[in-house]
Amino acid sequence: MDITLGHYLGLSAIIFGIGAIGFLTRRNILIQLMSIELMLNSVNLTLIAFNRWNPGNHAGQMFAFFVIAVAAAEAAVGLAIVIALYRLKKSVQSDHADSLKH
Amino acid sequence: MSNAGTTIFILFAVIALFAAAFTVTAKSAIRAAVGLLAHIISLAALYLTLHAHLLATLQLIVYAGAVVVLFIFVIMLIGPVSEDKGTDRGLVSRALGAGAMAIVTAAIAFNIWSFAPDAPAITSCPGGANAERWTTNEQGVASVTCGEFGGVRSFGLELYREAGLPFELISILLLVAIIGAIAIGRGRSNEEVEALKARKAARLASPVVAPEPVVETESQPVGGE
Repeated sequence: MDITLGHYLGLSAIIFGIGAIGFLTRRNILIQLMSIELMLNSVNLTLIAFNRWNPGNHAGQMFAFFVIAVAAAEAAVGLAIVIALYRLKKSVQSDHADSLKH
Repeated sequence: MSNAGTTIFILFAVIALFAAAFTVTAKSAIRAAVGLLAHIISLAALYLTLHAHLLATLQLIVYAGAVVVLFIFVIMLIGPVSEDKGTDRGLVSRALGAGAMAIVTAAIAFNIWSFAPDAPAITSCPGGANAERWTTNEQGVASVTCGEFGGVRSFGLELYREAGLPFELISILLLVAIIGAIAIGRGRSNEEVEALKARKAARLASPVVAPEPVVETESQPVGGE
């Protein structure tokens, strides 16, 4: 069996779906952030796979590079917000972040 | 792709899928972080099969080395609160969302499966590994496909040539993110909390809206806790 572009794209679609389902079903903010990382990683896999089948330039790999950098910034700020929420509510459940509701 | 490539792809694709599923289903956040680590390492191996050597390295350094460690630091800092208690709240909407995402994902994955062009050969420098790395075309522009595709030299050359401004903007973004993370995560010292409480009490006590008296401790930020 030969591995083709379709296998990589299908794999990354499934990983993206797992990440999206995790983000929608879990209520623990830490695991929701990890699900976001899963989705970003699957998009990186898609970009790099497309770039392998178009090796005239590095456009896809450059996009993946910037996605990695932005994901690192997002993780840093997101985890700082988790710590701030924990100080305020003594909880990391996203259901408990409802100060604007009451 | 060779047989060894097929084997490596299947091995790491299976590991990546199981690790991702483990990450989103694990009860304990620390187990989820370990699942994320396994997922990231297997994705780095998949990047290697796609000839993206530099990005596989960056994936290991940035994700496995920094992001997962940051997650584990936060889980350790928060302690047992980070465990999932398992609530039934919003169960219907959660199930609906998960079902819709599963259907969409399955549709995309099974349709894209048949999209199967053969992998093109990656051009390399004429003259072998010891030849001049960079050749120029008729316009005098160095070719980036000459040299190792996905390697540090060819990737870096094209990055600085094509995306120099975004590269610099990313450094500003990371600087802002560092400052923002410190500012959000730092919290307030006891003196600042007392000053805020005093201000709030004064505001609630005075019936008329008056210009607030200047609280001296407020304008002098005190260092972290």
